Amino acid sequence: MKRFAPYLLILPGGLWLVIFLVVPMVFMASVSTQEGDVVNGFVQTFNFSVYGDALVQYQTQFLRSAGYGLVATVISIAMAYPVAYWIAFKGGARKSTYLLLVLLPFFVSFVLRTVSWKFLLADDGILLSPMKSMGLVPDDFHVLQTTTAVIGGLVYNYLPFMILPIYVALERVDPRVVEAAQDLYAAKRSAFTKVVLPLSLPGVFAGVLMTFVPMTADYVNAGILGGPQNTMIGNIIQTKYLVNNDYPTAAALSFTLMAVMLIGIFAYAKALGTENVLEAAAR
Amino acid sequence: MTSTSETGAVGTVPPPRASGTTSGARSGPPVTRKRSGRFGDGLLKGYVWLILAWLFLPIVVMIVFGFNDTQSKSNVTWQGFTLKWWGRLGDYPDLTVAVFNSLKIAVISVVITTVIGTFMGLALGRYRFRGQGATNLVLFAAIASPELVMGASLLSLFVSSGVQTGFVTVIIAHVLFSLSFVAITVRARVVGLDPSIEEAARDLGASTWVTFWRVTFPMILPGVVSGALLAFALSIDDFVITQFTSGSVQTFPLWIWGATRIGVPPQVNIIGTLIFAVGVVIAVVNTVTSRRRT
Repeated sequence: MKRFAPYLLILPGGLWLVIFLVVPMVFMASVSTQEGDVVNGFVQTFNFSVYGDALVQYQTQFLRSAGYGLVATVISIAMAYPVAYWIAFKGGARKSTYLLLVLLPFFVSFVLRTVSWKFLLADDGILLSPMKSMGLVPDDFHVLQTTTAVIGGLVYNYLPFMILPIYVALERVDPRVVEAAQDLYAAKRSAFTKVVLPLSLPGVFAGVLMTFVPMTADYVNAGILGGPQNTMIGNIIQTKYLVNNDYPTAAALSFTLMAVMLIGIFAYAKALGTENVLEAAAR
Repeated sequence: MTSTSETGAVGTVPPPRASGTTSGARSGPPVTRKRSGRFGDGLLKGYVWLILAWLFLPIVVMIVFGFNDTQSKSNVTWQGFTLKWWGRLGDYPDLTVAVFNSLKIAVISVVITTVIGTFMGLALGRYRFRGQGATNLVLFAAIASPELVMGASLLSLFVSSGVQTGFVTVIIAHVLFSLSFVAITVRARVVGLDPSIEEAARDLGASTWVTFWRVTFPMILPGVVSGALLAFALSIDDFVITQFTSGSVQTFPLWIWGATRIGVPPQVNIIGTLIFAVGVVIAVVNTVTSRRRT
Protein backbone atom coordinates (compact mmCIF):
# COMPACT_ATOMS: atom_id res chain seq x y z
CA MET A 1 0.00 0.00 0.00
CA LYS A 2 2.72 2.40 1.03
CA ARG A 3 4.44 1.80 -2.27
CA PHE A 4 1.45 3.07 -4.21
CA ALA A 5 0.88 6.17 -2.12
CA PRO A 6 2.80 8.58 -4.34
CA TYR A 7 1.06 7.28 -7.45
CA LEU A 8 -2.38 7.67 -5.89
CA LEU A 9 -1.51 11.22 -4.89
CA ILE A 10 -0.15 12.07 -8.33
CA LEU A 11 -3.03 10.44 -10.20
CA PRO A 12 -5.73 13.15 -10.30
CA GLY A 13 -3.37 16.02 -11.09
CA GLY A 14 -1.30 13.89 -13.44
CA LEU A 15 -4.38 12.80 -15.38
CA TRP A 16 -5.55 16.41 -15.60
CA LEU A 17 -2.19 17.47 -17.03
CA VAL A 18 -2.05 14.60 -19.50
CA ILE A 19 -5.64 14.92 -20.72
CA PHE A 20 -5.75 18.71 -20.92
CA LEU A 21 -2.15 19.63 -21.66
CA VAL A 22 -0.42 16.77 -23.48
CA VAL A 23 -3.34 15.27 -25.42
CA PRO A 24 -4.59 18.65 -26.71
CA MET A 25 -1.18 19.29 -28.26
CA VAL A 26 -1.63 16.08 -30.26
CA PHE A 27 -5.09 17.22 -31.30
CA MET A 28 -3.72 20.58 -32.32
CA ALA A 29 -1.17 18.86 -34.54
CA SER A 30 -3.94 16.74 -36.02
CA VAL A 31 -6.25 19.69 -36.65
CA SER A 32 -3.48 21.55 -38.44
CA THR A 33 -3.35 19.06 -41.31
CA GLN A 34 -7.13 18.83 -41.76
CA GLU A 35 -9.11 20.52 -44.49
CA GLY A 36 -12.66 21.78 -44.59
CA ASP A 37 -14.78 24.47 -42.98
CA VAL A 38 -16.98 24.96 -39.95
CA VAL A 39 -20.23 24.33 -41.81
CA ASN A 40 -19.26 21.07 -43.54
CA GLY A 41 -16.80 19.86 -40.94
CA PHE A 42 -13.10 19.18 -41.11
CA VAL A 43 -11.56 16.04 -42.64
CA GLN A 44 -8.07 14.73 -42.01
CA THR A 45 -6.17 14.94 -45.29
CA PHE A 46 -2.60 15.18 -43.95
CA ASN A 47 -2.31 18.47 -45.74
CA PHE A 48 1.18 19.44 -44.58
CA SER A 49 1.43 22.23 -47.12
CA VAL A 50 -0.54 24.36 -44.66
CA TYR A 51 2.67 24.82 -42.67
CA GLY A 52 4.64 26.18 -45.60
CA ASP A 53 1.79 28.42 -46.70
CA ALA A 54 1.13 29.77 -43.21
CA LEU A 55 4.81 30.42 -42.54
CA VAL A 56 5.31 32.24 -45.81
CA GLN A 57 2.15 34.27 -45.35
CA TYR A 58 2.77 35.23 -41.73
CA GLN A 59 6.55 35.33 -41.49
CA THR A 60 6.41 39.10 -40.92
CA GLN A 61 4.25 38.64 -37.84
CA PHE A 62 6.43 35.81 -36.57
CA LEU A 63 9.59 37.86 -36.91
CA ARG A 64 7.91 40.95 -35.51
CA SER A 65 6.74 39.02 -32.43
CA ALA A 66 10.21 37.64 -31.81
CA GLY A 67 11.68 41.13 -32.27
CA TYR A 68 9.19 42.75 -29.89
CA GLY A 69 9.75 39.98 -27.36
CA LEU A 70 13.52 40.39 -27.56
CA VAL A 71 13.52 44.18 -27.25
CA ALA A 72 10.97 44.10 -24.42
CA THR A 73 12.99 41.44 -22.58
CA VAL A 74 16.21 43.44 -22.80
CA ILE A 75 14.43 46.58 -21.58
CA SER A 76 12.86 44.55 -18.76
CA ILE A 77 16.25 43.27 -17.58
CA ALA A 78 17.65 46.79 -17.59
CA MET A 79 14.66 48.13 -15.66
CA ALA A 80 14.22 45.22 -13.26
CA TYR A 81 17.80 44.54 -12.18
CA PRO A 82 18.40 47.77 -10.22
CA VAL A 83 15.00 47.43 -8.55
CA ALA A 84 15.67 43.83 -7.51
CA TYR A 85 19.19 44.77 -6.39
CA TRP A 86 17.98 47.63 -4.26
CA ILE A 87 15.23 45.61 -2.59
CA ALA A 88 17.55 42.67 -1.92
CA PHE A 89 20.51 44.65 -0.55
CA LYS A 90 19.06 47.90 0.73
CA GLY A 91 15.51 46.90 1.53
CA GLY A 92 16.41 46.01 5.11
CA ALA A 93 13.44 45.02 7.24
CA ARG A 94 10.97 46.33 4.66
CA LYS A 95 11.92 43.91 1.86
CA SER A 96 8.55 42.17 1.81
CA THR A 97 6.75 45.51 1.80
CA TYR A 98 8.68 46.64 -1.27
CA LEU A 99 8.02 43.33 -3.00
CA LEU A 100 4.34 43.72 -2.21
CA LEU A 101 4.43 47.22 -3.73
CA VAL A 102 5.94 45.78 -6.91
CA LEU A 103 3.18 43.17 -7.07
CA LEU A 104 0.18 45.28 -6.04
CA PRO A 105 -0.58 46.80 -9.46
CA PHE A 106 -0.95 43.26 -10.74
CA PHE A 107 -4.01 42.72 -8.62
CA VAL A 108 -5.79 44.63 -11.36
CA SER A 109 -6.76 42.50 -14.30
CA PHE A 110 -4.24 42.30 -17.14
CA VAL A 111 -6.74 43.60 -19.69
CA LEU A 112 -7.89 46.44 -17.44
CA ARG A 113 -4.29 47.57 -16.83
CA THR A 114 -3.70 47.67 -20.54
CA VAL A 115 -6.96 49.52 -21.14
CA SER A 116 -5.86 51.99 -18.48
CA TRP A 117 -2.69 52.67 -20.48
CA LYS A 118 -4.92 53.28 -23.46
CA PHE A 119 -6.75 55.98 -21.44
CA LEU A 120 -3.45 57.48 -20.37
CA LEU A 121 -1.89 57.57 -23.80
CA ALA A 122 -5.00 58.52 -25.78
CA ASP A 123 -4.54 61.39 -28.27
CA ASP A 124 -6.92 63.57 -26.24
CA GLY A 125 -6.07 61.86 -22.93
CA ILE A 126 -4.66 63.23 -19.71
CA LEU A 127 -1.02 63.01 -20.76
CA LEU A 128 -1.03 64.14 -24.35
CA SER A 129 -3.68 66.86 -24.40
CA PRO A 130 -1.91 69.11 -21.82
CA MET A 131 1.38 68.54 -23.62
CA LYS A 132 -0.26 69.50 -26.88
CA SER A 133 -1.90 72.64 -25.50
CA MET A 134 1.46 73.71 -24.06
CA GLY A 135 3.05 73.10 -27.42
CA LEU A 136 5.50 70.52 -26.12
CA VAL A 137 4.55 68.08 -28.85
CA PRO A 138 2.98 68.70 -32.24
CA ASP A 139 -0.79 68.39 -32.56
CA ASP A 140 -0.63 65.22 -34.62
CA PHE A 141 1.71 63.49 -32.16
CA HIS A 142 0.41 60.18 -30.93
CA VAL A 143 1.66 57.23 -28.93
CA LEU A 144 -1.16 54.75 -29.38
CA GLN A 145 -0.95 52.52 -32.43
CA THR A 146 2.84 52.66 -32.45
CA THR A 147 5.54 50.08 -31.81
CA THR A 148 6.61 52.09 -28.75
CA ALA A 149 3.18 51.69 -27.19
CA VAL A 150 3.11 47.93 -27.77
CA ILE A 151 6.62 47.30 -26.43
CA GLY A 152 5.94 49.65 -23.52
CA GLY A 153 2.79 47.69 -22.70
CA LEU A 154 4.66 44.40 -22.88
CA VAL A 155 7.39 45.63 -20.53
CA TYR A 156 4.81 47.05 -18.14
CA ASN A 157 2.69 43.93 -17.99
CA TYR A 158 5.54 41.46 -17.46
CA LEU A 159 8.05 43.46 -15.40
CA PRO A 160 7.32 41.73 -12.04
CA PHE A 161 8.13 38.37 -13.64
CA MET A 162 11.60 39.76 -14.26
CA ILE A 163 12.00 41.53 -10.91
CA LEU A 164 10.98 38.56 -8.75
CA PRO A 165 13.40 35.87 -10.01
CA ILE A 166 16.32 38.33 -10.04
CA TYR A 167 15.39 39.38 -6.52
CA VAL A 168 15.27 35.75 -5.35
CA ALA A 169 18.75 35.11 -6.80
CA LEU A 170 20.21 38.28 -5.30
CA GLU A 171 18.60 37.62 -1.95
CA ARG A 172 20.49 34.32 -1.78
CA VAL A 173 23.86 36.00 -2.31
CA ASP A 174 25.63 35.77 1.02
CA PRO A 175 26.77 39.28 2.00
CA ARG A 176 29.91 37.70 3.45
CA VAL A 177 30.96 36.66 -0.06
CA VAL A 178 30.81 40.30 -1.12
CA GLU A 179 32.70 41.28 2.02
CA ALA A 180 35.33 38.69 1.27
CA ALA A 181 35.79 40.15 -2.19
CA GLN A 182 36.21 43.58 -0.68
CA ASP A 183 38.61 42.32 1.97
CA LEU A 184 40.66 40.95 -0.89
CA TYR A 185 40.77 44.48 -2.30
CA ALA A 186 38.16 44.12 -5.00
CA ALA A 187 36.90 47.55 -6.00
CA LYS A 188 33.19 48.23 -5.64
CA ARG A 189 32.66 47.71 -9.34
CA SER A 190 34.62 44.48 -9.66
CA ALA A 191 33.02 43.07 -6.50
CA PHE A 192 29.75 43.56 -8.35
CA THR A 193 30.77 42.32 -11.80
CA LYS A 194 32.87 39.39 -10.59
CA VAL A 195 30.83 38.24 -7.59
CA VAL A 196 27.27 39.56 -7.33
CA LEU A 197 26.40 39.59 -11.02
CA PRO A 198 27.49 36.00 -11.79
CA LEU A 199 25.64 34.74 -8.71
CA SER A 200 22.46 36.50 -9.83
CA LEU A 201 22.55 35.23 -13.41
CA PRO A 202 20.29 32.21 -12.73
CA GLY A 203 17.64 34.71 -11.65
CA VAL A 204 18.10 36.68 -14.86
CA PHE A 205 17.83 33.47 -16.91
CA ALA A 206 14.63 32.49 -15.11
CA GLY A 207 13.30 36.02 -15.62
CA VAL A 208 14.02 35.83 -19.34
CA LEU A 209 12.11 32.56 -19.53
CA MET A 210 9.20 34.00 -17.57
CA THR A 211 8.94 37.09 -19.75
CA PHE A 212 10.22 36.39 -23.26
CA VAL A 213 7.87 33.46 -23.90
CA PRO A 214 4.60 35.13 -22.85
CA MET A 215 5.62 38.46 -24.40
CA THR A 216 6.29 36.86 -27.77
CA ALA A 217 2.96 35.03 -27.71
CA ASP A 218 1.03 38.04 -26.40
CA TYR A 219 -1.80 39.58 -28.39
CA VAL A 220 -3.52 41.75 -25.80
CA ASN A 221 -1.00 44.60 -25.88
CA ALA A 222 -0.82 44.68 -29.67
CA GLY A 223 -4.62 44.42 -29.80
CA ILE A 224 -5.32 47.28 -27.40
CA LEU A 225 -2.31 49.59 -27.75
CA GLY A 226 -1.08 48.81 -31.26
CA GLY A 227 -2.27 49.52 -34.76
CA PRO A 228 -2.61 47.30 -37.83
CA GLN A 229 1.13 47.59 -38.48
CA ASN A 230 1.85 46.12 -35.01
CA THR A 231 -0.06 42.86 -35.47
CA MET A 232 1.76 40.04 -33.71
CA ILE A 233 1.52 36.33 -34.39
CA GLY A 234 -0.79 35.97 -31.38
CA ASN A 235 -3.31 38.31 -32.98
CA ILE A 236 -3.29 36.23 -36.16
CA ILE A 237 -3.79 32.97 -34.24
CA GLN A 238 -6.54 34.47 -32.10
CA THR A 239 -8.41 35.87 -35.10
CA LYS A 240 -8.07 32.66 -37.11
CA TYR A 241 -9.33 30.52 -34.24
CA LEU A 242 -12.06 32.68 -32.79
CA VAL A 243 -13.23 34.96 -35.60
CA ASN A 244 -12.54 33.23 -38.92
CA ASN A 245 -12.82 29.66 -37.58
CA ASP A 246 -9.92 28.78 -39.87
CA TYR A 247 -8.79 26.06 -37.47
CA PRO A 248 -6.16 24.32 -39.63
CA THR A 249 -4.12 27.45 -40.35
CA ALA A 250 -4.52 28.65 -36.75
CA ALA A 251 -3.44 25.26 -35.41
CA ALA A 252 -0.48 25.13 -37.78
CA LEU A 253 0.65 28.58 -36.65
CA SER A 254 0.28 27.82 -32.95
CA PHE A 255 1.90 24.41 -33.35
CA THR A 256 4.89 26.05 -35.02
CA LEU A 257 5.02 28.68 -32.29
CA MET A 258 4.83 25.99 -29.61
CA ALA A 259 7.46 23.79 -31.23
CA VAL A 260 9.92 26.65 -31.62
CA MET A 261 9.32 27.77 -28.05
CA LEU A 262 9.41 24.35 -26.44
CA ILE A 263 12.65 23.43 -28.19
CA GLY A 264 14.06 26.79 -27.18
CA ILE A 265 12.84 26.49 -23.58
CA PHE A 266 14.15 22.97 -23.09
CA ALA A 267 17.50 23.74 -24.70
CA TYR A 268 17.66 26.78 -22.45
CA ALA A 269 16.61 24.85 -19.34
CA LYS A 270 18.98 21.99 -20.15
CA ALA A 271 21.89 24.36 -20.59
CA LEU A 272 21.15 25.99 -17.25
CA GLY A 273 19.85 22.98 -15.30
CA THR A 274 16.11 22.23 -15.30
CA GLU A 275 15.70 22.06 -11.56
CA ASN A 276 17.20 25.53 -11.06
CA VAL A 277 15.06 27.18 -13.69
CA LEU A 278 11.98 25.36 -12.43
CA GLU A 279 12.66 26.40 -8.85
CA ALA A 280 13.28 29.98 -9.81
CA ALA A 281 10.28 30.03 -12.12
CA ALA A 282 8.01 28.78 -9.38
CA ARG A 283 8.80 31.57 -6.99
CA MET B 1 45.84 48.61 9.22
CA THR B 2 42.81 50.81 8.65
CA SER B 3 44.80 53.50 6.90
CA THR B 4 43.75 54.87 3.52
CA SER B 5 44.98 52.22 1.16
CA GLU B 6 44.25 53.34 -2.36
CA THR B 7 41.66 50.68 -2.99
CA GLY B 8 39.93 51.23 0.29
CA ALA B 9 39.31 54.91 -0.13
CA VAL B 10 37.37 54.95 -3.36
CA GLY B 11 36.34 51.40 -3.87
CA THR B 12 34.86 49.73 -0.90
CA VAL B 13 31.39 50.35 0.34
CA PRO B 14 29.96 49.25 3.64
CA PRO B 15 28.71 45.72 2.98
CA PRO B 16 24.95 45.50 2.44
CA ARG B 17 24.28 43.67 5.67
CA ALA B 18 25.72 46.55 7.72
CA SER B 19 22.42 48.38 7.84
CA GLY B 20 20.61 45.37 9.16
CA THR B 21 22.93 43.73 11.66
CA THR B 22 25.14 46.33 13.24
CA SER B 23 23.04 48.97 14.87
CA GLY B 24 25.90 51.41 15.08
CA ALA B 25 26.58 51.62 11.35
CA ARG B 26 27.26 55.30 11.86
CA SER B 27 30.49 54.76 13.79
CA GLY B 28 32.30 52.66 11.18
CA PRO B 29 33.28 53.98 7.77
CA PRO B 30 35.16 57.20 7.07
CA VAL B 31 33.18 60.22 5.96
CA THR B 32 34.16 60.37 2.29
CA ARG B 33 33.26 56.75 1.73
CA LYS B 34 29.92 57.14 3.41
CA ARG B 35 29.02 60.14 1.29
CA SER B 36 29.71 58.53 -2.06
CA GLY B 37 27.85 55.42 -0.92
CA ARG B 38 24.92 57.49 0.24
CA PHE B 39 24.73 59.35 -3.03
CA GLY B 40 24.68 56.14 -5.06
CA ASP B 41 22.11 54.61 -2.74
CA GLY B 42 19.96 57.71 -2.96
CA LEU B 43 20.07 57.61 -6.73
CA LEU B 44 19.12 53.95 -6.76
CA LYS B 45 16.34 54.55 -4.27
CA GLY B 46 14.96 57.36 -6.41
CA TYR B 47 15.04 55.05 -9.41
CA VAL B 48 13.14 52.34 -7.53
CA TRP B 49 10.44 54.81 -6.53
CA LEU B 50 10.25 56.06 -10.10
CA ILE B 51 9.63 52.51 -11.35
CA LEU B 52 7.04 51.98 -8.61
CA ALA B 53 5.30 55.21 -9.61
CA TRP B 54 5.25 54.01 -13.22
CA LEU B 55 3.79 50.66 -12.12
CA PHE B 56 1.05 52.41 -10.16
CA LEU B 57 0.23 55.11 -12.73
CA PRO B 58 -2.42 53.18 -14.70
CA ILE B 59 -3.90 51.82 -11.47
CA VAL B 60 -4.34 55.35 -10.11
CA VAL B 61 -5.90 56.40 -13.41
CA MET B 62 -8.27 53.44 -13.24
CA ILE B 63 -9.38 54.33 -9.70
CA VAL B 64 -9.71 58.06 -10.37
CA PHE B 65 -11.72 57.65 -13.57
CA GLY B 66 -14.30 55.62 -11.68
CA PHE B 67 -15.27 59.00 -10.19
CA ASN B 68 -15.32 60.84 -13.51
CA ASP B 69 -18.54 62.63 -14.42
CA THR B 70 -18.19 61.59 -18.06
CA GLN B 71 -21.01 62.33 -20.48
CA SER B 72 -19.96 60.33 -23.50
CA LYS B 73 -19.12 56.66 -23.87
CA SER B 74 -15.41 57.29 -23.97
CA ASN B 75 -14.17 57.83 -20.43
CA VAL B 76 -10.88 59.49 -21.37
CA THR B 77 -11.02 63.16 -20.36
CA TRP B 78 -11.72 64.43 -16.86
CA GLN B 79 -15.18 66.02 -16.58
CA GLY B 80 -15.55 66.51 -12.83
CA PHE B 81 -16.02 64.46 -9.70
CA THR B 82 -19.07 62.29 -9.16
CA LEU B 83 -20.16 59.33 -7.09
CA LYS B 84 -23.10 58.51 -9.33
CA TRP B 85 -21.48 55.48 -10.98
CA TRP B 86 -21.30 53.72 -7.62
CA GLY B 87 -25.06 53.84 -7.50
CA ARG B 88 -25.33 52.66 -11.09
CA LEU B 89 -23.01 49.64 -10.91
CA GLY B 90 -25.74 47.42 -12.31
CA ASP B 91 -26.42 49.53 -15.42
CA TYR B 92 -24.98 46.85 -17.68
CA PRO B 93 -26.67 43.55 -16.78
CA ASP B 94 -24.25 41.53 -18.94
CA LEU B 95 -21.32 43.15 -17.10
CA THR B 96 -22.81 42.05 -13.79
CA VAL B 97 -23.27 38.54 -15.15
CA ALA B 98 -19.65 38.53 -16.37
CA VAL B 99 -18.30 39.59 -12.97
CA PHE B 100 -20.26 36.86 -11.19
CA ASN B 101 -19.11 34.32 -13.77
CA SER B 102 -15.51 35.31 -13.02
CA LEU B 103 -16.07 34.81 -9.30
CA LYS B 104 -17.84 31.47 -9.74
CA ILE B 105 -15.13 30.17 -12.06
CA ALA B 106 -12.41 31.30 -9.69
CA VAL B 107 -13.97 29.69 -6.63
CA ILE B 108 -14.74 26.36 -8.30
CA SER B 109 -11.38 26.07 -10.05
CA VAL B 110 -9.46 27.05 -6.91
CA VAL B 111 -11.17 24.32 -4.89
CA ILE B 112 -10.31 21.66 -7.48
CA THR B 113 -6.78 22.97 -8.04
CA THR B 114 -5.98 23.21 -4.34
CA VAL B 115 -7.04 19.64 -3.63
CA ILE B 116 -5.30 17.90 -6.52
CA GLY B 117 -2.35 20.30 -6.48
CA THR B 118 -1.74 19.63 -2.78
CA PHE B 119 -1.78 15.89 -3.49
CA MET B 120 0.83 16.39 -6.18
CA GLY B 121 2.95 18.60 -3.98
CA LEU B 122 2.86 15.99 -1.21
CA ALA B 123 3.84 13.19 -3.58
CA LEU B 124 6.67 15.17 -5.12
CA GLY B 125 8.02 16.53 -1.85
CA ARG B 126 7.68 13.39 0.23
CA TYR B 127 8.41 10.41 -2.01
CA ARG B 128 10.98 9.27 -4.52
CA PHE B 129 9.20 7.34 -7.26
CA ARG B 130 9.44 6.33 -10.89
CA GLY B 131 7.99 8.99 -13.13
CA GLN B 132 8.93 11.81 -10.79
CA GLY B 133 11.15 13.41 -13.39
CA ALA B 134 8.41 13.18 -16.01
CA THR B 135 5.93 14.76 -13.59
CA ASN B 136 8.31 17.62 -12.88
CA LEU B 137 8.80 18.07 -16.60
CA VAL B 138 5.06 18.30 -17.30
CA LEU B 139 4.58 20.73 -14.40
CA PHE B 140 7.38 22.81 -15.85
CA ALA B 141 5.83 22.64 -19.32
CA ALA B 142 2.51 23.82 -17.90
CA ILE B 143 4.20 26.90 -16.46
CA ALA B 144 6.46 27.56 -19.41
CA SER B 145 4.04 27.11 -22.32
CA PRO B 146 2.50 30.34 -23.46
CA GLU B 147 -1.16 30.77 -22.58
CA LEU B 148 -1.95 31.24 -26.24
CA VAL B 149 -0.66 27.76 -27.07
CA MET B 150 -2.50 26.19 -24.12
CA GLY B 151 -5.72 27.90 -25.11
CA ALA B 152 -5.32 27.03 -28.78
CA SER B 153 -4.59 23.38 -28.11
CA LEU B 154 -7.49 23.06 -25.66
CA LEU B 155 -9.81 24.58 -28.24
CA SER B 156 -8.46 22.13 -30.84
CA LEU B 157 -9.29 19.28 -28.46
CA PHE B 158 -12.79 20.57 -27.78
CA VAL B 159 -13.53 21.31 -31.42
CA SER B 160 -12.29 17.91 -32.61
CA SER B 161 -14.16 15.97 -29.97
CA GLY B 162 -17.35 17.96 -30.40
CA VAL B 163 -17.36 19.39 -26.86
CA GLN B 164 -19.31 22.63 -26.62
CA THR B 165 -17.08 25.29 -25.01
CA GLY B 166 -18.55 27.11 -22.04
CA PHE B 167 -18.48 27.27 -18.26
CA VAL B 168 -17.09 23.77 -17.72
CA THR B 169 -14.31 24.08 -20.29
CA VAL B 170 -13.18 27.37 -18.73
CA ILE B 171 -12.94 25.68 -15.33
CA ILE B 172 -10.95 22.81 -16.87
CA ALA B 173 -8.54 25.34 -18.36
CA HIS B 174 -8.18 27.37 -15.16
CA VAL B 175 -7.39 24.26 -13.12
CA LEU B 176 -4.82 23.32 -15.74
CA PHE B 177 -2.81 26.53 -15.64
CA SER B 178 -2.88 27.01 -11.86
CA LEU B 179 -2.18 23.38 -10.92
CA SER B 180 1.60 23.65 -11.29
CA PHE B 181 1.78 26.72 -9.08
CA VAL B 182 -0.10 25.03 -6.24
CA ALA B 183 1.86 21.78 -6.59
CA ILE B 184 5.21 23.57 -6.53
CA THR B 185 4.27 25.85 -3.63
CA VAL B 186 3.13 22.86 -1.57
CA ARG B 187 6.17 20.81 -2.58
CA ALA B 188 8.48 23.55 -1.35
CA ARG B 189 6.71 23.50 1.99
CA VAL B 190 6.80 19.69 2.25
CA VAL B 191 10.52 19.56 1.43
CA GLY B 192 11.18 22.07 4.19
CA LEU B 193 9.43 19.95 6.84
CA ASP B 194 11.41 18.32 9.62
CA PRO B 195 10.65 14.57 9.33
CA SER B 196 11.48 14.01 12.98
CA ILE B 197 8.28 15.78 14.03
CA GLU B 198 6.16 13.22 12.18
CA GLU B 199 8.34 10.42 13.54
CA ALA B 200 7.72 11.73 17.03
CA ALA B 201 3.96 11.69 16.41
CA ARG B 202 4.17 8.09 15.21
CA ASP B 203 6.40 7.08 18.11
CA LEU B 204 3.77 8.45 20.43
CA GLY B 205 1.28 6.08 18.84
CA ALA B 206 -0.51 8.27 16.28
CA SER B 207 -1.80 6.41 13.24
CA THR B 208 -0.77 7.48 9.71
CA TRP B 209 -4.12 9.18 9.28
CA VAL B 210 -3.97 11.07 12.58
CA THR B 211 -0.33 12.02 11.97
CA PHE B 212 -1.31 13.50 8.65
CA TRP B 213 -4.26 15.55 9.83
CA ARG B 214 -2.93 16.63 13.21
CA VAL B 215 0.76 17.09 12.37
CA THR B 216 1.62 17.19 8.67
CA PHE B 217 -1.37 19.10 7.35
CA PRO B 218 -1.18 22.01 9.81
CA MET B 219 2.49 22.38 8.93
CA ILE B 220 1.94 22.49 5.17
CA LEU B 221 -1.21 24.63 5.49
CA PRO B 222 0.59 27.95 4.85
CA GLY B 223 1.87 26.52 1.56
CA VAL B 224 -1.62 25.30 0.65
CA VAL B 225 -3.16 28.69 1.46
CA SER B 226 -0.63 30.69 -0.53
CA GLY B 227 -1.03 28.25 -3.44
CA ALA B 228 -4.80 28.70 -3.30
CA LEU B 229 -4.52 32.49 -3.17
CA LEU B 230 -2.18 32.45 -6.14
CA ALA B 231 -4.59 30.19 -8.04
CA PHE B 232 -7.47 32.55 -7.25
CA ALA B 233 -5.52 35.56 -8.46
CA LEU B 234 -4.52 33.75 -11.66
CA SER B 235 -8.08 32.63 -12.35
CA ILE B 236 -9.86 35.92 -11.76
CA ASP B 237 -7.33 37.75 -13.93
CA ASP B 238 -7.06 35.29 -16.77
CA PHE B 239 -7.89 36.47 -20.24
CA VAL B 240 -6.14 34.52 -22.98
CA ILE B 241 -6.98 30.90 -22.14
CA THR B 242 -10.45 31.98 -21.06
CA GLN B 243 -11.09 33.63 -24.40
CA PHE B 244 -10.20 30.43 -26.21
CA THR B 245 -12.25 28.10 -24.01
CA SER B 246 -15.28 30.17 -23.02
CA GLY B 247 -17.56 29.91 -26.04
CA SER B 248 -20.39 32.35 -25.34
CA VAL B 249 -19.70 32.64 -21.60
CA GLN B 250 -18.46 36.10 -20.59
CA THR B 251 -16.06 36.85 -17.76
CA PHE B 252 -15.01 40.25 -16.44
CA PRO B 253 -11.75 40.48 -18.47
CA LEU B 254 -13.55 39.25 -21.60
CA TRP B 255 -16.26 41.87 -21.18
CA ILE B 256 -13.64 44.63 -20.92
CA TRP B 257 -11.89 43.39 -24.07
CA GLY B 258 -15.21 43.48 -25.90
CA ALA B 259 -15.88 47.00 -24.65
CA THR B 260 -12.50 48.54 -25.55
CA ARG B 261 -13.57 49.40 -29.08
CA ILE B 262 -16.76 51.21 -28.10
CA GLY B 263 -15.46 52.70 -24.85
CA VAL B 264 -15.10 51.28 -21.36
CA PRO B 265 -17.77 52.64 -18.97
CA PRO B 266 -16.78 53.94 -15.47
CA GLN B 267 -18.51 50.93 -13.91
CA VAL B 268 -15.59 48.81 -15.10
CA ASN B 269 -13.17 51.13 -13.28
CA ILE B 270 -15.18 50.77 -10.09
CA ILE B 271 -15.37 46.98 -10.27
CA GLY B 272 -11.65 46.90 -11.06
CA THR B 273 -11.04 49.12 -8.04
CA LEU B 274 -13.10 46.82 -5.81
CA ILE B 275 -11.25 43.69 -6.96
CA PHE B 276 -7.97 45.56 -6.47
CA ALA B 277 -8.97 46.61 -2.95
CA VAL B 278 -9.88 43.04 -1.96
CA GLY B 279 -6.57 41.80 -3.40
CA VAL B 280 -4.63 44.45 -1.49
CA VAL B 281 -6.33 43.58 1.79
CA ILE B 282 -5.68 39.85 1.35
CA ALA B 283 -2.06 40.44 0.33
CA VAL B 284 -1.39 42.76 3.26
CA VAL B 285 -2.98 40.36 5.74
CA ASN B 286 -0.99 37.48 4.22
CA THR B 287 2.28 39.41 4.44
CA VAL B 288 1.66 40.53 8.00
CA THR B 289 0.66 37.09 9.26
CA SER B 290 3.52 35.33 7.49
CA ARG B 291 5.95 37.84 8.97
CA ARG B 292 4.56 37.13 12.42
CA ARG B 293 4.91 33.40 11.85
CA THR B 294 8.59 33.52 11.03
